[in-house]
Amino acid sequence: MAHTAIGSPRAGDHHMSKPVQQLDRVVIRFAGDSGDGMQLTGDRFTSDAAFHGNDLSTLPNFPAEIRAPQGTIHGVSSFQLHIADHDVLTPGDAPDVLVAMNPAALKANLADLPRGATIIVDTDEFSRRNLAKVGYAASPLDDGSLESYHVHALPLTSITVDALAEHPLTRKDKERAKNMFALGLLSWLYTRPTSTTERFILSKFARKPDLLAANVAALRAGFAFGETTEDFAHTYQVAAASMPDGTYRNITGNVALSYGLVAAAHQAGLRLVLGSYPITPASDILHTLSGLKRFDVTTMQAEDEIAGVGIAIGASFGGALGVTTTSGPGLALKAEAIGLAVSLELPLVVVNVQRGGPSTGLPTKTEQADLLQAMFGRNGESPVAIVAPQSPTDCFDAAIEACRIATAYRTPVILLSDGYLANGSEPWKVPVPAELPALDVTFTTEPNGVDASGSPVFQPYLRDPETLARPWAIPGTPGLEHRIGGIEKADVTGNISYDPDNHELMTKLRAGKIAKVADTIPGLEVDDPDGDARVLVIGWGSTYGPIRQAARSARLTGHRVATTHLRHLNPFPLNTGEVLRRYERVIMPEMNLGQCAMLLRAAYLVDVQSHTAVRGLPFKASELAEIIRTAVDGLEATK
Amino acid sequence: MSIDLGMPSSGVAFVPQLAEGSPALGRKDYTSDQDVRWCPGCGDYAILAAMQGFLPELGLRKENIVFISGIGCSSRFPYYLDTYGLHSIHGRAPTFATGLATAREDLSVWVITGDGDALSIGGNHLIHALRRNVNIKILLFNNEIYGLTKGQYSPTSRAGTITKSSPLGSLDAPFTPVSVALGAEATFVARTMDSERKHLTEVLHAAAAHRGAALVEIYQNCPIFNDGAFDVLKDKDEAAARILWLKDGEEVATGDRVAVRADDGSIQVVPRAEASPTRIVRHSVDTEHPSSAFALSRLTSDGLLAHVPMGVFRDVSRPTYDDMVRGQVSAAVEAAGGPATDADLAALLAGRDTWTVGG
Repeated sequence: MAHTAIGSPRAGDHHMSKPVQQLDRVVIRFAGDSGDGMQLTGDRFTSDAAFHGNDLSTLPNFPAEIRAPQGTIHGVSSFQLHIADHDVLTPGDAPDVLVAMNPAALKANLADLPRGATIIVDTDEFSRRNLAKVGYAASPLDDGSLESYHVHALPLTSITVDALAEHPLTRKDKERAKNMFALGLLSWLYTRPTSTTERFILSKFARKPDLLAANVAALRAGFAFGETTEDFAHTYQVAAASMPDGTYRNITGNVALSYGLVAAAHQAGLRLVLGSYPITPASDILHTLSGLKRFDVTTMQAEDEIAGVGIAIGASFGGALGVTTTSGPGLALKAEAIGLAVSLELPLVVVNVQRGGPSTGLPTKTEQADLLQAMFGRNGESPVAIVAPQSPTDCFDAAIEACRIATAYRTPVILLSDGYLANGSEPWKVPVPAELPALDVTFTTEPNGVDASGSPVFQPYLRDPETLARPWAIPGTPGLEHRIGGIEKADVTGNISYDPDNHELMTKLRAGKIAKVADTIPGLEVDDPDGDARVLVIGWGSTYGPIRQAARSARLTGHRVATTHLRHLNPFPLNTGEVLRRYERVIMPEMNLGQCAMLLRAAYLVDVQSHTAVRGLPFKASELAEIIRTAVDGLEATK
Repeated sequence: MSIDLGMPSSGVAFVPQLAEGSPALGRKDYTSDQDVRWCPGCGDYAILAAMQGFLPELGLRKENIVFISGIGCSSRFPYYLDTYGLHSIHGRAPTFATGLATAREDLSVWVITGDGDALSIGGNHLIHALRRNVNIKILLFNNEIYGLTKGQYSPTSRAGTITKSSPLGSLDAPFTPVSVALGAEATFVARTMDSERKHLTEVLHAAAAHRGAALVEIYQNCPIFNDGAFDVLKDKDEAAARILWLKDGEEVATGDRVAVRADDGSIQVVPRAEASPTRIVRHSVDTEHPSSAFALSRLTSDGLLAHVPMGVFRDVSRPTYDDMVRGQVSAAVEAAGGPATDADLAALLAGRDTWTVGG
């Protein structure tokens, strides 16, 4: 493998001056105050690692408050990344390295650190006042409580300020550059060039030359500090991972999802119209799409969640690809309008970036507890298709799939992402447009029936026998003027009908149409390298990484296990029941209290056992590996 | 006076006209095959008849006309017109209309709503559609009562209205729809009445010609639950004394009374003999400042209908939301050299920081 090496000469010249130790993987967590720039620092290290060719996975974790009180535990913001020389499935269970910019960051994260982990702290922030704020009676740097860790206690703030002595900035602005100093130090420690970050700083501060110079200087000073200080005996290297040939970039789930929507509209030849109301953690999709007008993307920031979906449905009625984006509480508000779209049988894509609930819940934390809301959260029999991406990059493909189903079947599709996928990132093999699925959409332009007197008429609810989809005839088409609405419609004609038999028929037709989606989705694929596993772990959505990683680790200890993953939650793939029945034990980890397990049990009468967690964080692979081992050992014991 | 911003000035500027030489359309062409199911004597019949007579006069291709409604008696309206129609959900019609009108500049989009639909459950969407100035025409059928749910008081019912849900009289202070619209930065606001066919048609023409959001309040009689609410405006003699027909550039007057500006900023209707000539209100629909129109709208705020301005309160020009949204998109497409190609999409997906494996 090769990558374009634009190394900073400083890095190239000096990083061999201390011994280099090879690592196959490392998990680093940057933690500090919400205002310390930890998300940016993490992002930059991620880009550098991606550029270096590592496989990686990231987990940003931040409070809902924009700037919580300084130095407090609930104001701690962190960014974890897992980089490796092999393919990575999760952001890592536990950090090998913690960079803690203050006592609160240390205290909030220490419990996650295994003994022997490396801790880098900014001693300048370990004042008596800051220690007291988080309940430290004595400094943990002095009282011996950290003796099982490799602690590097460094005055990061004051070194940064000293390094910037000649820069025409206030002391406060100089202090703010300490995150770049820390990044420079970590870049040295892991033998990364600082060039991509320097390029980033050049563009970010292009109009603020003083800040630009200071940030570059702080970054380089951190790097140089690593070389010269005796605090670090050697540097580490995580070699590039071997990945399939291609062009790669790093991407977050929300950006990948946005691009998927744009690509789908491009493939379908439709104008993309987004109606959306800002809500964490979905807003980045609105931000991203609002910058893509060049792709004929129309975004409207609506007055509320209901207006967001109304705008999307109105646009779809007019022949656009209508999309609305939200998170759990917003989905609740959109419920009635989604029901209308079920009745109108128009394409609609509803993106729900799930977060902890109920109510406002945990706005910045992840959860998968909106599955049943997506399935059933409307009045009446109101089926919609549901698709869930399994990784940040898969958000791209899942978005295209949602648009395919919405346009082909003229139905609302709920795309269930979550906070972890939305903000997490990983390398992405950039797809080639020519290889994207073709989405063929044709509007009806001619009458499709005859009336009693034999004259041609348009029948808006005459269905395609293959898909049961109704024709999409848009305003502006002469001769096809018709009225649709939320009142029950007569089969074929679409006229208002309160007839009992007709309602039963229409209810079953709407359900049957969604069931037919299963004809065009791939069957479940099972990963069972041993071929004789008795335990199956089934997941959906963002649990993919932890489940696969857990299975790998269980297999290393001789525990045979099969895994499979649901991308389509409604309808399920046609072979789902058959796959479930093949195994003596089926385990389903979910970040809810067992919602998908309930659906599978109801649909297939299989004793799917739930393993659940709702901590606002993804599963740890080690935790799931233990579940697998226990299940496998239990079965073996009863053999 | 309005300033030319290079924006289209007519509400139907981009809506295709009937081809030259093609036969003119008539009332029948706009009548759907559905049986009308309002109660006998409902004011909606008169409005529907006026609409079916008015639409052919626009000379547009009927496939480019769309009616969107919410929920309520009036919201059945689209079913009876042979145009494109969308009968949506309660209170939300302006949202669907906003999406459609923005996605499609070639459509004439009309919203049919009632006092409950527009001002109660849908109040939020109404004010935002008006302040954004989306090119949609909102016809608010105001009968001051809930009809479809059988007779509860509405947000425009006079305080003290006795209904099934207010046996001792309603306690809510009512809205004056014209005041709400003016407060919501509406660029076009008018009032007319179901039984005034000619006036109704004139107002509809003015609304259609206006580029931007138009709010037309239509007093409409509900013969079942609020019969006679507007009877004093339908009796010839009473009407002559009560209705102030608003005409641009003319004095606001009725019979021997005339509207004057009072010291407190309000407008009052006084006998002409008592009116100081310098205080007589001369109506101007395109005055930028809405305070005069607002003062006029307050004449009916007590619900007593002693003096009722009828006609166009306000008709000013402001760039429309949908034109500007489309403008940003088309400017971006143009600046990038035309519609996006596969290569453009590839460049987007790749972004600026890529690395290559193999090759």
